[in-house]
Amino acid sequence: MKQAYFIRRLVMFFVVVVLAATVNFIIPRLMPGDPIGAVLEELRARGAGMQSDSEDEIVAAYRARFGLDQPIHIQYFRFLFNTLRFDLGYSISYYPSKVEAALLRALPWTVGLLAISTLISFAAGSFFGAMMAWPRAPGFMQRFVPMFMILSAVPYYLLGLILVYIFAFVMRLLPLGGAYSSGTVPELSLRFLLDVIKHGALPALSIVLTSVGFWALSMRGVMVTVLGEDYLTLAEAKGLPDRRIFFAYAMRNALLPQVTSLAIALGTVTSGAVLVEVVFNYPGIGWLLYNALRSSDYYMVQGVAFFLILTVAVSVLVVDLIYPLLDPRIER
Amino acid sequence: MLENVLLHVKSAISYIWRTPKLLLGLALLLSLLLLSLVGPYIVDVDKARPISVPTRKPPSAEHPLGTDGGGRDMLAVIITGTPQTLKMGVLAGLVGVTLGTSLGLIAGYFGGRIDMIISTATDTMLTIPPLAILLVVAGSVRAMTVTDMAIIIALLSWMFPARTIRAQVLSLREQPYVHMARLAGLGDIRIIFEEIMPNILPLAAASFVGATSGAVLAGIGLEVLGLGPQRTPTLGMTIYWAQLYSALINGLWWWWLPPIIVLIVLFVGLFLVSAALDEFVNPRLRRTG
Repeated sequence: MKQAYFIRRLVMFFVVVVLAATVNFIIPRLMPGDPIGAVLEELRARGAGMQSDSEDEIVAAYRARFGLDQPIHIQYFRFLFNTLRFDLGYSISYYPSKVEAALLRALPWTVGLLAISTLISFAAGSFFGAMMAWPRAPGFMQRFVPMFMILSAVPYYLLGLILVYIFAFVMRLLPLGGAYSSGTVPELSLRFLLDVIKHGALPALSIVLTSVGFWALSMRGVMVTVLGEDYLTLAEAKGLPDRRIFFAYAMRNALLPQVTSLAIALGTVTSGAVLVEVVFNYPGIGWLLYNALRSSDYYMVQGVAFFLILTVAVSVLVVDLIYPLLDPRIER
Repeated sequence: MLENVLLHVKSAISYIWRTPKLLLGLALLLSLLLLSLVGPYIVDVDKARPISVPTRKPPSAEHPLGTDGGGRDMLAVIITGTPQTLKMGVLAGLVGVTLGTSLGLIAGYFGGRIDMIISTATDTMLTIPPLAILLVVAGSVRAMTVTDMAIIIALLSWMFPARTIRAQVLSLREQPYVHMARLAGLGDIRIIFEEIMPNILPLAAASFVGATSGAVLAGIGLEVLGLGPQRTPTLGMTIYWAQLYSALINGLWWWWLPPIIVLIVLFVGLFLVSAALDEFVNPRLRRTG
């Protein structure tokens, strides 16, 4: 039974990845217009003079070069094979750099920003949520509930724009954008690290503020159930200190389901940051995508799309494979 | 018949009054609707066209919300843009929920192999970030309209409704009254439409609000990336243009702040209504909400 579950999961993962690659293959081909024609159009627009008879030769050469003269199913399998090898083609605007190289360069910034803000938001949200359900917590804790609800309904990049305006433009406390000051070279030094933190503060804050409500509200829900358990009554009857009951008995148990959500949230970090990076000119995956869209760098756009699907698929797979080890009931 | 309807309306109104979340949410949404319906009669919406007014003017008596870098009156832009964004969300939500409800109904009611295929497809699609597919599609389609965008988004927002409805139908299918109907010789179609459908409508309505909110979120996301309709001044495109022409660091706050405020009102309104409807459908939530 266990084996069947693992195999089913692996097959599903494989299907998602092939599906993602297939979408990248089919959709651009469904659209009117021919990629080679578009390239020639571009060349003509830039004023490259050419004779019309040589144009046909160019088209033929291009078609052969990109394998477009092959039958469609051969093209498809070749594309699939290349994509699965993580060969995503050449970037048009960063030529001769390859798409996957640009992705790997941008990845650390995205993962760093998102992983750190997700963890902060998780820790703060879980603590607030637990306090909101705790009967002996100060009364003002309840006032946070509507605030968290409203904040969690606001898209993070819209809040980001407002934050940049207030803290960077009007008050000039923090930089307007980027991941480090222009002119500095990335290096492993304390000064550079502080610079990175200063630049990451606002994007991180906008993500934390808009996602903390989700963690707080779900934690509150679980905590209410845990507080009704017998072992809490027993802990109180034993006369244990409040603080100990709160942290070691109630919060610890309520955190279990939260951790599962955290694992999934961490898996989706790559796709979560796209728009916040646009607002903050942050040099991660989202910024790469924004620039690729602006310069019609379609291989890059497709590469980013494939990469986003791949990272989520991998993280969901990992969570699903670890699940049965944590909770044997899942397997059946 | 009429009395019956009136009774329902009465009880609905009293439920709204007793639920502050729903009341506030509806009030926010209605204010946006009012803005888009009444606005064109008060403000000259022709000024939402490019180069119809002087550029980059701060708010004044003549232009209450100032003008943008393309020579548009911001108040007129907001009044023409808000209904476009609402239209996109409602259309995408409607199509997505109809699709999802039908698939969920079929999967839950007939079960067996059909259910397996639909459920696997749903679970698979749920793990794909919609933004990724939207990017590829929107990047390939040139000259998109608001309707195109709504349809594309709708095709990626049926999964949650499908899953919720399927789970509900699975339990409804085993209810005594459905068994009775079957024994009485009713066909599948009549059982689905007469016995099961009425019981999933509240759930479908709740998913509709959620799907609309998700659709607006996805649409605005695409627009902020510059993939929206280029010629229609939707709220997201306004933010995109403001971003592209560095309105922020030039201090032109009246360019980007109004669309953001309208969007926040919209999202908070949808969120409140959706939360209230969830409580209505699932009374266990009422205590903790």
